[in-house]
Amino acid sequence: MERPLTKHIKPGSPPLNLKDYLQEGGYNGMHKAFKEMKPAEVTSLVKASNLLGRGGAGFPTGVKWSLVPMDDESAKPKYLVCNADEMEPGTFKDRYLLEGNPHQLIAGMIITAYAIQAEKAYIFIRWAYKKAEAELRKAINEAYEAGYLGKNILGSGFDLDLYVHSSAGRYICGEETALLNSLEGKRGIPRTKPPFPAISGLFGKPTVVNNVETLSCIPHIVENGADWFKSLSLTGTGGTKLFGVSGRVKKPGVWELPLGITVRELLEEYAGGMADGYKFRGALPGGVSTDFLTEKHLDVKMDFSTVAAAGSRMGTGTMIIFDDKTCPVAFIHNIEKFFALESCGWCTPCREGLPWVEKILSSIEEGTGKMEYLDVLKFHTKYLGPGNTFCAHAPGAAEPLQSGLNYFYEDFVRHIDEKKCPWR
Amino acid sequence: MLTEEEKKEILEEVKQYPYPAVACIDALKIVQHHRGWVSDESVKDIAQILEISNEEVDGVATFYSRIYRKPIGRNVILICDSVSCMIMGYGSIYEYISKKLGIAFGETTSDGRFTLLPISCLGDCDHAPAIMINDDHYNNLTVGKVEELLASYN
Ligand SMILES: Cc1cc2nc3c(=O)[nH]c(=O)nc-3n(C[C@H](O)[C@H](O)[C@H](O)COP(=O)(O)O)c2cc1C
Ligand code: SF4
Ligand code: FES
Repeated sequence: MERPLTKHIKPGSPPLNLKDYLQEGGYNGMHKAFKEMKPAEVTSLVKASNLLGRGGAGFPTGVKWSLVPMDDESAKPKYLVCNADEMEPGTFKDRYLLEGNPHQLIAGMIITAYAIQAEKAYIFIRWAYKKAEAELRKAINEAYEAGYLGKNILGSGFDLDLYVHSSAGRYICGEETALLNSLEGKRGIPRTKPPFPAISGLFGKPTVVNNVETLSCIPHIVENGADWFKSLSLTGTGGTKLFGVSGRVKKPGVWELPLGITVRELLEEYAGGMADGYKFRGALPGGVSTDFLTEKHLDVKMDFSTVAAAGSRMGTGTMIIFDDKTCPVAFIHNIEKFFALESCGWCTPCREGLPWVEKILSSIEEGTGKMEYLDVLKFHTKYLGPGNTFCAHAPGAAEPLQSGLNYFYEDFVRHIDEKKCPWR
Repeated sequence: MLTEEEKKEILEEVKQYPYPAVACIDALKIVQHHRGWVSDESVKDIAQILEISNEEVDGVATFYSRIYRKPIGRNVILICDSVSCMIMGYGSIYEYISKKLGIAFGETTSDGRFTLLPISCLGDCDHAPAIMINDDHYNNLTVGKVEELLASYN
């Protein structure tokens, strides 16, 4: 099984430095792009590879790049931003790539910047990822020294400067337009779309925002081609994916596997099955802003369209396992409290609705809930849902709530009937 | 008053941006790095140097969770209270620390040694429960390990 993204990552040891990475063929993709390809050809290749964004929404990467104006002098400078904010609870995949192979990301960013002709690039990294930030800065310095960054890269006439910006906290800064406001030194509040960042982004200029894992795929696609990339997945979707499992399993962890592997394989073969004494009741397949999957979904294939067809979302691909010894009301309450706290406060359903949801869940958990509260929760899943708010934060919060109410309804009712939490 | 060093560092950041206000978060971080937190007076000083209003700076300062607008202890303990750590029992870690130090979330010990704060997911979910003390991550925690850890911070 090929594992291009993690081949050179050895947990516990430092990442390869530039010299060693070059010996392993690192930066081949970058050299190939500069020598053999025009910017538009890189974009077409990425489109053909069917790479879907790994930040959670699964938007086709090549399509995003092709929205960037290419021959408009007034649209300069253009920017590339790597989203390394990774704050989705239950998610720990970008950290693995950042700490394990920063040069792979840098190579991907150079190629991407070349494709869209951006002259400045930023890595927006979460403040808590201190080790990753240190490794990145080290690798960026090496890349400058080698002439891969800076002026006239490899004699191509193309210039690129790459900066690291460490965040100041807040989940919402991972939303791409909030991230841009934050990079501009403002409160991290999402912007209206359209215009999309590809047209008007950082400082009002065309900007592509891509996730760490997305950008890390680029050098391999350029080096080995679109058909090779598609053949990596089991379902033709394109590529491998970093999958993770946390919760009460025997071996929690993160692995690079083909897209299209089943939930069961991930849980049983890679995570070693449930820990002794615990039973599987459900899973959030890709962080807390995805709908529950349950026992009947164990054979669902983990790729974007198949997980969506099963009523959830692939999200970040890092799965949180929900077991029989954890109270579902407490589990969902914890998640909604997170969303209520992290709301940027811009729009009413999210700012007012989420704290209300949180209070209701708290009262049900404490045994003081009433049956009509369940209708209030259902009402909220509708008005927090898509189309009623400025960004996808509130719809994300609605997903575990609506699916939780659906699959674990009886457990909610038991709290109300018994006037206490049956798990305590 | 900002020190000469703080001013110099802030102006260094300003240089790389199209206009000074872009350096707002950097400036807050610089002041916090030197003083541990950001006072009302520092907010005014930053506003002046960046040529924006005090309210704008305060709006930014209060938006971000890692900018402190109140004094903090010498060491900051951040306990992850997100869902994977909840499943794996962050509750017992919190109870131990809180009892041992005699403080709840949001409080500082009277000797100024520790401030205790909740934090959302630290990206250590496969080794939950996890905490950070200052810049360091600690994971796969047990009460025993936490006891040793606390003793190593002064
Ligand atoms: C509330 C919220 C938080 C987000 N956080 C992140 C994040 O931490 N990292 C990330 O890559 N994308 C995050 N996203 C998705 C981004 O908005 C954006 O879709 C993504 O960075 C695009 O990259 P991709 O096309 O490579 O997936 C978040 C979205 C929302 C609504
Ligand atoms: S949905 Fe929530 S986080 Fe998004 S813009 Fe509205 S208030 Fe802010
Ligand atoms: S949930 Fe605690 S580290 Fe992720």
